[in-house]
Amino acid sequence: MSTHDEMHPDHGDEHGDIEEVHATLKGYLTGFVLAAGLTIIPFWLVMGGVFTKSGPADAFILLLAAVQIVVHAIYFLHMNTKSEGGWNLLALIFTLVLVVITLSGSVWIMFHLNDNMMPMTLQQARNLP
Amino acid sequence: MADTTLPLSSGGTTEPLQFHVAEEPHPPNGTLLGFWLYLMSDCLVFACLFAAYGVLGREYAGGPTGAQVLELPTVALNTTLLLLSSITYGFAVLEMQRNHQRPMMLWLTVTGLLGAGFVALELTEFAHLIEAGNGPQRSAFLSSFFTLVGTHGLHVTCGILWLIVLMVQVSHKGLIPANKRRLMCLSMFWHFLDVIWVGVFSFVYLMGVLP
Repeated sequence: MSTHDEMHPDHGDEHGDIEEVHATLKGYLTGFVLAAGLTIIPFWLVMGGVFTKSGPADAFILLLAAVQIVVHAIYFLHMNTKSEGGWNLLALIFTLVLVVITLSGSVWIMFHLNDNMMPMTLQQARNLP
Repeated sequence: MADTTLPLSSGGTTEPLQFHVAEEPHPPNGTLLGFWLYLMSDCLVFACLFAAYGVLGREYAGGPTGAQVLELPTVALNTTLLLLSSITYGFAVLEMQRNHQRPMMLWLTVTGLLGAGFVALELTEFAHLIEAGNGPQRSAFLSSFFTLVGTHGLHVTCGILWLIVLMVQVSHKGLIPANKRRLMCLSMFWHFLDVIWVGVFSFVYLMGVLP
């Protein structure tokens, strides 16, 4: 594989690989500043004890994480609708669908499994093996 | 595709007709797309581990809770190291695009050191937990915690090994197209690990210490 590539440095896909990605200093710095901000805010909120209830805090932290993942994908992973002829994005969307099904499905089902357990008396709990 | 067309002039041509494509018709950027597909499948591995943690993360079995054992200052430092290593890898890619080998190697070294610092801090954290009797066998929460965070740490370790191998290759053969392509693959891998870490510190650490 490698010897083949090195023997034909002007082979079609070699150029495409490198030229496709146009990484710029501005892009990386923008991504870094955004990511740093989106990291510092939730750490500050939790370590500073700003939240009193965990419900809205969880939602807010997850929202910031989702935004930061998008920032990483755009500025660091150079994702856009045109990269790799759109196949990149298609694979990502497919994966996200599977991830959402896995995560929400697992939590949903396992949460309800606890509800369906046999009621246990204190006496039974003491005699557990 | 061009080989499948019939020649219009039949007289005197010695070239035999070809009804198949002589070369493998692969799309441009085949390697990077293939590597992206690997990253997506890796994403599914982490999704399963996140799901396991989501289900088991509050099952303490009478053991310590997340708020008791997770140290946020360490995690904040770890996050900083990983985010910094992401941007230094970005700088290395910029130097690679300009074909400046020496500064690129310098940035790659910085990236590797930051990654090594991350792994070292994480191992220290694990060692403290296990020393205090809060190893992965203590409760379902700690089992899923060690599995998820440990798998990420293992990925970072593999990334560092790959980085070292690539630096040796570049120092031997220079910035040839094949090496550039490999560096771009590792770039995707490294940034991908940072993306996973965003999920880890948000979902495991920050949400874990909340009441």
